[in-house]
Amino acid sequence: MPPKTTAVPARACVEPIIEAVGLGRDFTVSEGPFLRRRRRTVSAVRDVDLTVFPGEIVGYLGPNGAGKSSTMKMLTGILSPTQGRVRVTGLEPARRRTRLAARIGVVFGQRSTLWWDLPLRDSFELTRHMYRVPAADHARRLAELTALLELGPFLSTPVRQLSLGQRMRGDLTAALLHGPRLLVLDEPTIGLDVVSKSTIREFLLRLNAEEGTTILLTTHDLGDVERLCERVVVIDQGRLAYDGGLAGLRASVPSPRVLVVDLVGPAAPLTVEGARCVRVDGPRQWLELSDNPARVIAEVTRRHEVADLTLREPDIESVVAALYRRSAATAG
Amino acid sequence: MVDLLGSVRGGRDVRPRRNPAGTPVRTYLRLAWTWCRAMAQYPASLVLMSLATSLGAIAEIGAVLVVYTHAGRLAGFDVHEGLLIAGLATTAFGCANMLMGSVESLGQHIRTGTLDAMLVRPVSPLVQMATDRFAPRRLGRILPAAGVTAYALAAAGIDWTPGRVLALTVFLVSGTAIACAIWVIGACLQFVLPDAREAAHSVTYGGQALVEYPLSVYSRGVVRAATFVVPLSFVSWQPALYLLGRPDPTGLPDALRLATPLVAVLLCALAAATWRFGLRHYRSTGS
Repeated sequence: MPPKTTAVPARACVEPIIEAVGLGRDFTVSEGPFLRRRRRTVSAVRDVDLTVFPGEIVGYLGPNGAGKSSTMKMLTGILSPTQGRVRVTGLEPARRRTRLAARIGVVFGQRSTLWWDLPLRDSFELTRHMYRVPAADHARRLAELTALLELGPFLSTPVRQLSLGQRMRGDLTAALLHGPRLLVLDEPTIGLDVVSKSTIREFLLRLNAEEGTTILLTTHDLGDVERLCERVVVIDQGRLAYDGGLAGLRASVPSPRVLVVDLVGPAAPLTVEGARCVRVDGPRQWLELSDNPARVIAEVTRRHEVADLTLREPDIESVVAALYRRSAATAG
Repeated sequence: MVDLLGSVRGGRDVRPRRNPAGTPVRTYLRLAWTWCRAMAQYPASLVLMSLATSLGAIAEIGAVLVVYTHAGRLAGFDVHEGLLIAGLATTAFGCANMLMGSVESLGQHIRTGTLDAMLVRPVSPLVQMATDRFAPRRLGRILPAAGVTAYALAAAGIDWTPGRVLALTVFLVSGTAIACAIWVIGACLQFVLPDAREAAHSVTYGGQALVEYPLSVYSRGVVRAATFVVPLSFVSWQPALYLLGRPDPTGLPDALRLATPLVAVLLCALAAATWRFGLRHYRSTGS
């Protein structure tokens, strides 16, 4: 396992790679029947302050429609912001989109940036011309990435015939051939199987550790977050709900451990001091712990015949869900 | 990996370029060439598709020929003069179709999100879209059209002077540029109406069919519209009048034909402005 890079020391003298202050985006939507159509302003993103330093891996989380994609589009220059200011690698994305594009790599998990009918190798050749990478550099870098991502067996296969995992590895390669300083990933592991996910996560960690590439990723896969991100930013209803370490996120929302008890037969919900039964499914029961697990386990095994026991740590998924609920409550 | 990165990044920092993508024309040629090479990997398919495309062009010009052989003369133009007009129109629109025809997929690029992918690459999205699936088979349309034009130029009894030779070159370039601009403006409709592709065809393919015949066969309103609203007449009609040294039978000033290159430049500027406006609209609505 390659070591994770820790936060860059002496930040004061390092230029941030992403710097957003009060970033916001309003959309005007027309609604209602024709002739009585009304225009209404909706904010997709509001007051987002985000500073990312070179070498960081930042997870950008939020439920669907929270403003993740809008933020990504503003950071990459696809969408112009309506409020605040943003700089990425020192450039204003919406105005210097083309220049910025040469410095960053972008991968959309849901749609490929490769050319459907072309073999992967030709797609990379097109990419090379667009980024004007010298042929020798391109060949070396492609060889490196081919080895790391095991692209060899399907370099000559048209993209439409690739599996989703192969395609994603191809997309990552296309985004990295020009050696970008910042990699922006929009749901890079969506729809992939466990092995493909793991390949991509390990590759990203290595890229970050060896080349110092800054990575900003959105994901719904909290396995990505737990494996990759030391820092998470949570956006909900267009506003930042959390920005900090993964451990801090867990601590910020109390979410208890759960004891899963498999009894020998179905039974009424268990009542044990220090635990609350939250779910029953046949002989299996879920107990939410508010006390020392050892005491609860002792109590349960003393009073019932138990086939199996599992103790579950709070996963990041329930932590984030709790955070969404909390921010919804404060907003409402 | 670290070394490599040094070389790739270092290369850019040592030689800073004002425009990282280089000139659009060079990028266009490189991308188009890469597509041609990719297509050439299936030679049988390429040959068959080119033949099919050329049959289409031959059928179109054949239809023009049928009209003249039946009517003898059309609005005072004989068959060779008629073929010159049709040839110029088909050549210019054929070239434009090859160079810029792919931009008509704009709506599809918007729907599938590939336009976003183009926006995060350091090359103008117009160049990327125009070269997307660049089709060398469209040469199959240009070659017969150019052949007919060459034949008509030789057979129509043109009084060749160095000025006319130069003018022919300028007219071919201008006609192609006008047709390209019409393709781009038609595609830009799709920024607003994603399904406007067919509507644009009425001006692109429809426009070509219109200017394959002497404009004097149409009513006054059509002639004015094809001159001042959508300047299709500068693709074939006005150039043919110049080359044949004929007065304009529709009553418009004869000097108009000299404005052809100017019309091309203005229309291209308009197309560029429309494209930029459309892209700005897209980037501020962020579909």
